Amino acid sequence: MARALINVPAKAKRGDIIEIKALMSHPMETGYRTGPDGALVPRDIINRFICTYNGEEIFSADLFPAIAANPFFSFTTIAMESGRIAFRWIDDRGQAHLETAEIAVE
Amino acid sequence: MSRKPRPVGTSRREILAAGAGALALIVARPARATPESMADAIKAFVGEAEVREGRVTLELPALVENGNSVPLTVKVDSPMTAQDHVKRIAVFNERNPQPNVALFYLNPRAGRALVSTRIRLGDSQNIVAIAQLSDGTFWSDKAELIVTLPACVES
Repeated sequence: MARALINVPAKAKRGDIIEIKALMSHPMETGYRTGPDGALVPRDIINRFICTYNGEEIFSADLFPAIAANPFFSFTTIAMESGRIAFRWIDDRGQAHLETAEIAVE
Repeated sequence: MSRKPRPVGTSRREILAAGAGALALIVARPARATPESMADAIKAFVGEAEVREGRVTLELPALVENGNSVPLTVKVDSPMTAQDHVKRIAVFNERNPQPNVALFYLNPRAGRALVSTRIRLGDSQNIVAIAQLSDGTFWSDKAELIVTLPACVES
């Protein structure tokens, strides 16, 4: 897995609802597509996405081949305290990619 | 003059060969989800519970030019408090190779039940979103859309 783009506000007021966006570069190979040789290209997708806020899960998703390539998610959370928002993508091979963002809550 | 012209059309042998080739192409196509398999997938998610229409808003473009990346937003009318919140949102399709699209897990820390993503569509079809609330009830919304260039048709 390669590059991820995440969008978390650097600062927020306590109690504010903030929007979080995460995009991961990944082909999300469905396993239903044929390659140039006519054979099916084996399935290779990110099947799980988890977002935690200071270690506590705030959002997660089980993904299927019907999710577009370079999976994108946007969701919300309440800014509780300053700390770290962590993102984890897990693919069919069990490989995980981790990204984090810091947020200052005042 | 006396020579018998060769038939202009295709020979029987060629037609048979072409027919066999076309049949092989049809057979090689992966099985598609159907409204029935979507119903099965929904049953696996909700069990015996009743699914009511309402509270969920599924936003999708009505006309999609490219099925490879279609923006999808699901909103649920919920206060997202510890007593009353959305636990899970599942999205289903009728005509992709498989009926599941995604399953989102939410909790009161979301503040709002609002999720967006981008999906693939292999054909014009109905999409269904079902939300499971903390009180155990299920609510749904449906959207019908037309896809002019479906995903998965070309390699």
